Order: sequence, then C-alpha cells, then structure tokens
Amino acid sequence: MPASQTSVATLNNVTHRYGSIEALSDVTFDLEAGQVTALLGPNGAGKTTIVRLLAGLARPTKGRAVLFGGDPQSVESRRRLGVMLQVARVPETLTVSEHITLFSSYYPSPLPLQTVLRLAGLESVADRRYGKLSGGQQQRTLFALAMCGNPGLLFLDEPTVGMDVESRRQFWSTIRELAASGRSILLTTHYLEEADALATRIVVLNRGRVIAEGTPATIKQQAAGRQIRCRTHLTEAALALLPGVQRAALDAGGYATLMAADSDRALRALLAADESASDIEIRSAGLEEAFLALTAADQASAVA
Amino acid sequence: MSTAALSTATLPAPSADQAHASIARIYVLETKYEFLKLLRLPHYLVGTLGFPVMFYVLFGVTLAQKSDGPIGAAEYLLASYCIFGVVTAALFAFGAGVAVERAQGWMTLKRATPMPVSAYLGAKIVASMCFGTITLLLMGLCAVTMAHVRFPVSVWLTLWGVMAIGCIPFCLAGLIIAFTVPPTGAPGIVNLINLPLSFAGGLWFPVAMMPRFLQVIAPWVPQYHLGQLALGAIGAVDEPKPLHHVAALVAYAVIFGALAWRAYRRSDVNQ
Repeated sequence: MPASQTSVATLNNVTHRYGSIEALSDVTFDLEAGQVTALLGPNGAGKTTIVRLLAGLARPTKGRAVLFGGDPQSVESRRRLGVMLQVARVPETLTVSEHITLFSSYYPSPLPLQTVLRLAGLESVADRRYGKLSGGQQQRTLFALAMCGNPGLLFLDEPTVGMDVESRRQFWSTIRELAASGRSILLTTHYLEEADALATRIVVLNRGRVIAEGTPATIKQQAAGRQIRCRTHLTEAALALLPGVQRAALDAGGYATLMAADSDRALRALLAADESASDIEIRSAGLEEAFLALTAADQASAVA
Repeated sequence: MSTAALSTATLPAPSADQAHASIARIYVLETKYEFLKLLRLPHYLVGTLGFPVMFYVLFGVTLAQKSDGPIGAAEYLLASYCIFGVVTAALFAFGAGVAVERAQGWMTLKRATPMPVSAYLGAKIVASMCFGTITLLLMGLCAVTMAHVRFPVSVWLTLWGVMAIGCIPFCLAGLIIAFTVPPTGAPGIVNLINLPLSFAGGLWFPVAMMPRFLQVIAPWVPQYHLGQLALGAIGAVDEPKPLHHVAALVAYAVIFGALAWRAYRRSDVNQ
C-alpha cells in the first residue's frame, strides 16, 4: 500500500511500544481523502494507538507518521483536524456552549456556535453543565468539540460508546452527511455493524497488526464464514487448497484451523483428502474469532 | 440525537484556513473558563478561600485583641495567611487539577487541538493569581473591619504583587505532582506536602516562635521565602532581605520547572 497522492494520513512501517508492550507491529496504513475508513478490532488491537500517532499525540517508536503530507505534531496539521477521543471526564462545571466557545477560539475559521450545536444535536442542552448531561449527550459534546474548527479530516475514537440505539442511528446519519460533504473520516469501533453502516473501507486490526482490509462487503464475507478445527496429517498448503477453504493454519500440536466460506463443501473435501481426520469441530466464526485464528498462525497479510 | 440531523447544505466547506487564530483571544478565553471552572467547584473554593479566611478570622482577628504596636497578630497573619491561600490555590489547581485532567484524557484532547500549551498553563497560573487576589480581598476586608488593620495603599499593592508573582514556583511544583502521582492520590499528596511545609515555613506561626530544629529547616522551605517577602512588605521583618528571598524563589522556580518538564516528558501523555 504505497501512499497515494490523495492520502491525507499515513503510517509507514510503524511499530509502537508502551514500555515492553508492543501496541503496533510494523503497521503500514493509508487514509485516503474523502473516504470513511473504519478501524475494526477488539480491545487492545491498536486502534486507539493509530489515532494517537496520526493525531501527533505520540511519536512512533519506529517508522513514520504523516498527516497532510507533514508532521502530525505541527499546528498547521492540527488546524485542519478534528479529534474525538475516549475521554473519561470533561471538566464538568462548564456548560456545553462554554466548552464549544473555548475550543472554537483555537481555530482560524471556526463554525458558528449555533451550527455546531445543531450538528451535534445539542441545542436543547446548550446551557447545561457537562456534568449534568446524559452519557449520549456527553459523547455528542465531544463530537461537537471535534467539529468546531470545521475540519476536513475527522478522527473519531469509539464515537458511539454510551449512546442508545436511536442516538447511534442519528449519529451515523450525521457522519454520512459529513462524508458526503467531502470530509475524510477515520473511526474506530468494536462493531462490524457500525463499520459496515458507515465505512467505505474497513481495516481489521488484531494485536497490533493489520490482518485484513477491504470494502465492507469483502470483510463481511470473510467474517460470515465458519471455522473448522480438526487433527489431520495434511500439510498447511494442502489444506489451503481444499475447495471452500479460504485460509488454513496448522499449529504445533497437529491441529488445523480452517476458515471456510462454504463449510459443508470444505468438510467433504477434507474428509475425502484425509479419511483419518479426527476431533472435528465446526463453529461459526464471529469477526473477531475469524481473524484471531488467522493471526494465531501468524498469517497476517492483507486479504483483500 | 433527538433533532433531525443537519443538512450539510448549510455547512460550509471544510476549512483549510492557515491564518492564525487570535492568540490573545485564546489566552483570554482559556483564562476566563479556567477561572469559571474552578469558581463553580465548591471544594476548591473551600480549600483555597474558605480555610485561609476562616483561619484568619479565628486566629488573626481574635488574637488581635491582645497585641499592641504597629505589627500585631492581625497584621502578621494577614500577610502569612494570604501567602498560605495563594500557595494552596496554586498547588491544588496544578497538582490536583492537572493530575485529574491528565488521567481523564482531557489534557490529551486539548493537545490534539492547535491550542498553544502556554495558554493552558498560563490560564491556570492567572486563575491561581485571581483566587489569591480574592483571598487577599476577603481577608483584607476582615482585617480592616474587624481587626482595624491599617496599611498605606502602597503596602496593599506590594502585598498583592508578592502574592501574584510569588505563586509561580508553586504552580510549577504542582505540575511535578500532576505528572508523577496517580490522580486519585494527588489531592492527598498536595495536602501532605503543603500543610507541613507551610507550617515549617512560618506561615502559621512566626519562625522565631518555633522549636530550634524547625528554625534550621525553615530557610530551605520555599513557602518561607514567599512568606518573608510578604511580611517584609508590611514591615513585620526587622532586617528585610527581599533580594535574597527573590533569588531563592527564582532558584526554586527553575528547579521545579526543570523537574516538571522532565516529569511531563516521561508521563503517559507522551506515549
């Protein structure tokens, strides 16, 4: 994935450590202009670390982070960027309007206060102190703070956490409209449903590595498959070639893990090739499991 | 969101404006909202305004009946409790306040904006000065009306100046705490450091009235030097050595500043 000309943010072979913990391992990642990109993965996958590095909040241990063709820590980059992070608590004694007014002062051409309030659906609580807001309203206030500089690029880290279903749908529709207006958006989420609803491109992360990326359709297809585990004497290469099998991994104990889009067909082929295959276990693989199985065998190359 | 989503037709195109936002406006708003934020926190007000003023009324005003001469307990304690108030305000605003904002991710969110870091720190320093000023006004009002303290205007202004500028090393000391101590422990640590040192520095009783070993320690306590400057301003020190105390406070500011910077670089906000 070389950085294209339309890329607004890039990580080049980035490894990042917190002490002895490796949060990202040799990640190359490119954010294209005008796209909604979702970083999808379980807790600890490295989603937030990517956001932090691209927003210039930390320097990569190894490799390079680029934002708008320059240094993510430069003021010029930050003027064009809006960031929504997971903040445990915002100063609670200031009102929604006060918080927005202050953040707006940091930018050369901020949106008018009323526009930001309307955009985030906060008009009715504009004069309420942050500490008196509901969880969803607090989350929308953080969104408002990300929007007040009228940024062309938005980083949204777990934006819908704490929102009820209705709020979430409304928020999704706002994100779609922002994307339609030409803004580039990077969001992180635990939920395939959310990534599918919003993103033009999904990047799946696990344990600090990009394990898959592609359109929502491609990713969903991979996640919809089943996982077959069994003991077999077939080699990994032979297993991968079986009809219906997308990926195969063999562990040291002689157990194979197969990811299959069509598990019936894969199983018939498996038994035809190895009558002695035993301990067979089939289960539907959730997205996380589907990719966990693959990473465990260290086959973390891009799939799409 | 209960309201209908906004049609983007009403939203201007994304801004690529690279003009500078007004730096002066950022400073003014940052300071205004820092002040309002603290003013609306009851426990901060009690700690920084309530206790020093209450101590003054209890000890300064009550003891004033028994003192004579131009500098009595009412005058002495006015100066030293004001210093206690501003030091407490600074240590809490920085030590506890910044520790909490750091731990909760608020500082990180601010750092992701084009806000100059100097505005964040400057606003907190000025807010601490404002609370110091309010302490001085409240205490001064009690002193004038209840204890009949009379100073020339120049003395009041000098006292105010000492407080306002003198809080800076303590703001920096607070930052060291903010970046090294877990946030839940920060208020306790601030008290644990501030109360004994204020006592040892002579902010509660004159150093001359203290046991010998405390008199030896006092000149090493930053609070002592700021206290001596304030007491010198009201004429309560026999041989005032203002330059000596200013030099000591500048040295402490440099040391605390360097340690705060080191603590900040090493803290989790940079990883």
